[in-house]
Amino acid sequence: MNRVDNRQTREVVVPGDLLDDSGLRPGNGTYVLDGKIYASRLGVKNVFSGTVSIIPLRGRYIPAPGDMVLGMIADIGPSNWLVDINSPYPAPLHVNEVPWKVEFGDTSRFLRIGDTIMAKILMVDESMKIQVTMNDSGLRKLEEGQIVEIAHSKVSRVIGKSGSMIQMIKNMTDCRIFVGQNGRIWVDGDADDVTVAVDAIKMIEREAQTSNLTERVKEFIESKIKPEEE
Amino acid sequence: MSGQSNLELVNKKGIRLGGRKAGELRDIKIEAGVLENADGSAYVEIGKNKVRAAVYGPRECHPRHLQNPTRAIIQCKYNMMAFSVSDRKRPGPDRRSVEISKIIAEALEAVVLTELYPRASIDVYIEIMQANAGTRCAGLTAASVALADAGIPMRDIIPSIAVGKADGKVLLDLNKEEDNFGQADVPIAIIPKTNEIVLLQMDGNMTREEFDTAISMAVPACHEIYELQKDALKRRYAAAMKEVGADE
Repeated sequence: MNRVDNRQTREVVVPGDLLDDSGLRPGNGTYVLDGKIYASRLGVKNVFSGTVSIIPLRGRYIPAPGDMVLGMIADIGPSNWLVDINSPYPAPLHVNEVPWKVEFGDTSRFLRIGDTIMAKILMVDESMKIQVTMNDSGLRKLEEGQIVEIAHSKVSRVIGKSGSMIQMIKNMTDCRIFVGQNGRIWVDGDADDVTVAVDAIKMIEREAQTSNLTERVKEFIESKIKPEEE
Repeated sequence: MSGQSNLELVNKKGIRLGGRKAGELRDIKIEAGVLENADGSAYVEIGKNKVRAAVYGPRECHPRHLQNPTRAIIQCKYNMMAFSVSDRKRPGPDRRSVEISKIIAEALEAVVLTELYPRASIDVYIEIMQANAGTRCAGLTAASVALADAGIPMRDIIPSIAVGKADGKVLLDLNKEEDNFGQADVPIAIIPKTNEIVLLQMDGNMTREEFDTAISMAVPACHEIYELQKDALKRRYAAAMKEVGADE
């Protein structure tokens, strides 16, 4: 077996490209026709432990159970809120799924239209009916800070390998940051620090496909932060 | 089709008006990702045709009654700009553009994995900025590149081209004069991987033999366009990928 390691086989593929016909397993973003695996979307080919999959470069956020997201209240009902989570589907938040005791019809006293919340995707069924919850540690309504929106496909890059990138930004800029899987990022802290953190996040989005990004982001933040710190 | 003229469309040596041979395509240029605010976009030039396509979605389907609980729907809007033809085209949808929108949406539905996004809508907008025969093919060619650019899962990219008959000869990729004064116009779109035909119309008359010749000219031409479509997408994203490696 002379299967090359995934780090070397990175290439851009477009829908319809042949990925493999030598017995790898089909993963995300692929389909099988006549026993051969083809790409079904634009992305980067990734071979990992016998499975070939596509890391998407573009596309809308599709919720998956367990995802932490940032949502905005879009509509209020007597026993639920509708949350915009930046996906093609509306996400209802039921009163049982919030950390407060809400009387029927009293929903608008707790969350109003335009409010931003941290939420977790509770469930997604096969017809893409979604439910979100705020009953989890750390989930709350956001009262201050700033929201940055990036392409959701770049989120993993902002977080970095086991959180290295985001940890570095947090430490260096002294900001509180929450990254939602749907591409919305909440940043809070001293106004100047927030600006630097936001710029750093935008830089990651812009240069997501390049190597040694962590190093360059570090240099970028250092160059911006130094004057005030020293 | 309509109109008679003493214009010689194909000369005795078999050379056409623009200097092409019977089986030759016009110059084609394809670019992906030309619009900032669309989820995906593409620009296509086939000869003097200039076409732009934009894709939005999958997004929530409005009006709600169009939603399909098992799959996404594709809504396409083909529009010719007022200045796209030599006589001003009266703006707004007309019988012709409604028909073209429908057949393009149906051709795209054959490749897009719509079952992944129940109840959603994928919106395709095709704007013809300059028309010179074969705009529905150019539009479909652009739309499928734009769909891929939007990161929408699909089985393959669709190339499309017209064949026809003018001066009694079967010709590939008719231009305006050949279309107006010729005898037939046959737009074709295929799925290159399987050679399935997803769009086929015929305006005018051809014999069975001429039709077979026409199809056998169009299929290789479609594969040629397919390569250009893939190249356009790869060009857009490969530049940034060159340095990828160690990190991550």
